[in-house]
Amino acid sequence: MEPSSNIIEVNDLRTSFFTEEAEVKAVDGVSFSVPSGKTLGIVGESGSGKSITSLSIMRLIQEPGQIVGGEINFKSDNLLDKSESEMRRIRGNEISMIFQEPMTSLNPVFTVGDQISEAYRIHQGLSKKQALQKSLEMLELVGIPSPKDRLKRYPHELSGGMRQRVMIAIALACKPELLIADEPTTALDVTIQAQILRLINNLQDELGMSVVLITHDLGVVAETCDYVAVMYAGKIVEYADVQTLFESPKHPYTVGLLSSLPRHDIDQEELQVIKGMVPSPTNMPEGCRFAPRCPFATDLCKEQLPTLDDLEDGNQVRCWVYSDKWDGDPEVNVKDDYGTATSS
Amino acid sequence: MAETSVKTQQAETKPPSPQLENMKKVYKKLKKNKTAMVGGILILFFIIVSIIGPVLTPFDPDAQDYTNRLASPNADNWFGTDHHGRDIFTRIIHGTSITLYIGFSSVLLGSVAGTVIGIVSGYYGKKIDAILMRSMDVLLAFPGILLALAIVSILGGSLQNVIIAVAVFSIPVFARIVRGSTLAVKKLEYVDAVRALGASDFRIIFRHILPNIMSPIIVQATLRMATAILAASGLSFLGLGAQPPTPEWGAILSQGRNYMWDDPHYALFPGLAIVVVVLAFNLFGDGLRDALDPKTKG
Ligand SMILES: Nc1ncnc2c1ncn2[C@@H]1O[C@H](COP(=O)(O)OP(=O)(O)O)[C@@H](O)[C@H]1O
Ligand SMILES: [Mg+2]
Repeated sequence: MEPSSNIIEVNDLRTSFFTEEAEVKAVDGVSFSVPSGKTLGIVGESGSGKSITSLSIMRLIQEPGQIVGGEINFKSDNLLDKSESEMRRIRGNEISMIFQEPMTSLNPVFTVGDQISEAYRIHQGLSKKQALQKSLEMLELVGIPSPKDRLKRYPHELSGGMRQRVMIAIALACKPELLIADEPTTALDVTIQAQILRLINNLQDELGMSVVLITHDLGVVAETCDYVAVMYAGKIVEYADVQTLFESPKHPYTVGLLSSLPRHDIDQEELQVIKGMVPSPTNMPEGCRFAPRCPFATDLCKEQLPTLDDLEDGNQVRCWVYSDKWDGDPEVNVKDDYGTATSS
Repeated sequence: MAETSVKTQQAETKPPSPQLENMKKVYKKLKKNKTAMVGGILILFFIIVSIIGPVLTPFDPDAQDYTNRLASPNADNWFGTDHHGRDIFTRIIHGTSITLYIGFSSVLLGSVAGTVIGIVSGYYGKKIDAILMRSMDVLLAFPGILLALAIVSILGGSLQNVIIAVAVFSIPVFARIVRGSTLAVKKLEYVDAVRALGASDFRIIFRHILPNIMSPIIVQATLRMATAILAASGLSFLGLGAQPPTPEWGAILSQGRNYMWDDPHYALFPGLAIVVVVLAFNLFGDGLRDALDPKTKG
């Protein structure tokens, strides 16, 4: 059998929260794959379901949430068929995760060394001494100055950037094949952000791992990702290689996101902001979820949900404009016409 | 050698743990709290008395002297004598360790059981939580001393059964507090982070949550010492606990009650001892709570 070239393939993943009032479909039929050794960026506004997607992959969804359907094929095994104890052996060992808040993601009562050691003690059954030795190597790897001393420090004695490096050291301690980083730099200063992203990129090359990088910042994507999935209201609306996404974005939402980015190459009068709000998950529009905010929306868009269709270049988009059924202006070019369409 | 110089430098800069640093802060705040310090010094005093007191007392706590029955306090018998002519001061000194022992072991038993119930309840939630907490509510529905009374009547009166009874009626108090703290701590991001690292529930609960909820447990244990000592004395007073001639304070008080009118010293001194030790633990516990509360200023 030929080994799959994708480290992970997510198919039609559905995760809902069953609240008193309704079923909140936080992740609603998400599919994507990550080629081995590559970085996939998942972008979208806050609340679009990025974190719930990553927690679903880790099988860490908590009550009242539940994965209600789909497949998560990791190295040809469906993670959704695994038992809890099988998942524990995968977490932190084959798939690791870094969280957004380095200030609160470390246990205040343990030293940095103890916390990195946890990974070795859980997965490799090392003694305290052996684990500390390996933890020291990890601190060196993530570029923490005077690592021997830092090993004995407590989290509150480190800066945010240093703590995030420690989190990376913990996540990579057991050399996982897949790293999921959920907004790893959002809480950090801009200069530190760049350092951390570069560190993740370098370690990825060094360890040969694949990365899912979650962010709401397209600037981060441009710098670090090979592929991008754009999420909106629990669904993926566009999937493309990073170059295509920035050069010729297809979905009006992607175009909107891009035009809200500050740019240096052209003269911008003011930043464009996508008008309107993300629909509340309990009150989803019937048709395309972006239709209420989309400057191109037609009756078709408002009535029927478009599917995520393959394009000629292998990328995907979920938009009626690119289908045979499109009932609007046949000459429309989403990217070029976005500005005029929104201001009219 | 380079190696040694690194080592000495490390020894010099070895940072204090946050617990240690926190303890220093707590101690500073405690020292400023006069009533708490009085409580703490009294507790220390009782502990010292319980250890070295028995060797220093001139009398045997059980030595009867019928020529010297019910003597009022005097130069030889500071607290007077009882109806068998035993020296009450000596008996109270000897009873100190019994009192502290009952208080300590019942609180230890009750806090360990209550902590396990509370932490499991708070961590797992749902059905387990509902079942455990409903049973705690049942225990709480009885006034504490009544529950202890019922348990001792079933098990029979003895020191050991008093400890069990008092421990049982402490369990729900600890369970509730620990459950609340667990609910708060389990939501913190570092708990998610260790779960994402592949830690088991057992490891998360006892290695990562427990050390972070120790403060309220310690405060409650201190306050609970007072309640436990009072309850245990109460049971002995009712004749359900320590049996004569054990010099347990409640038991001495119970016997002294018969001589209240003519020889009030007999009941007064054991009663006073109970009041002071209970007060000491309450004062210290209250002070400890304020000191451990990060919101209060030192
Ligand atoms: N505990 C919860 N209960 C109910 N709904 C939730 C819960 N957690 C998340 N959600 C829903 O899932 C949606 C997606 O959340 P999330 O994945 O955290 O978004 P983000 O893209 O910002 O990471 C939220 O808008 C919210 O409606
Ligand atoms: Mg998120």
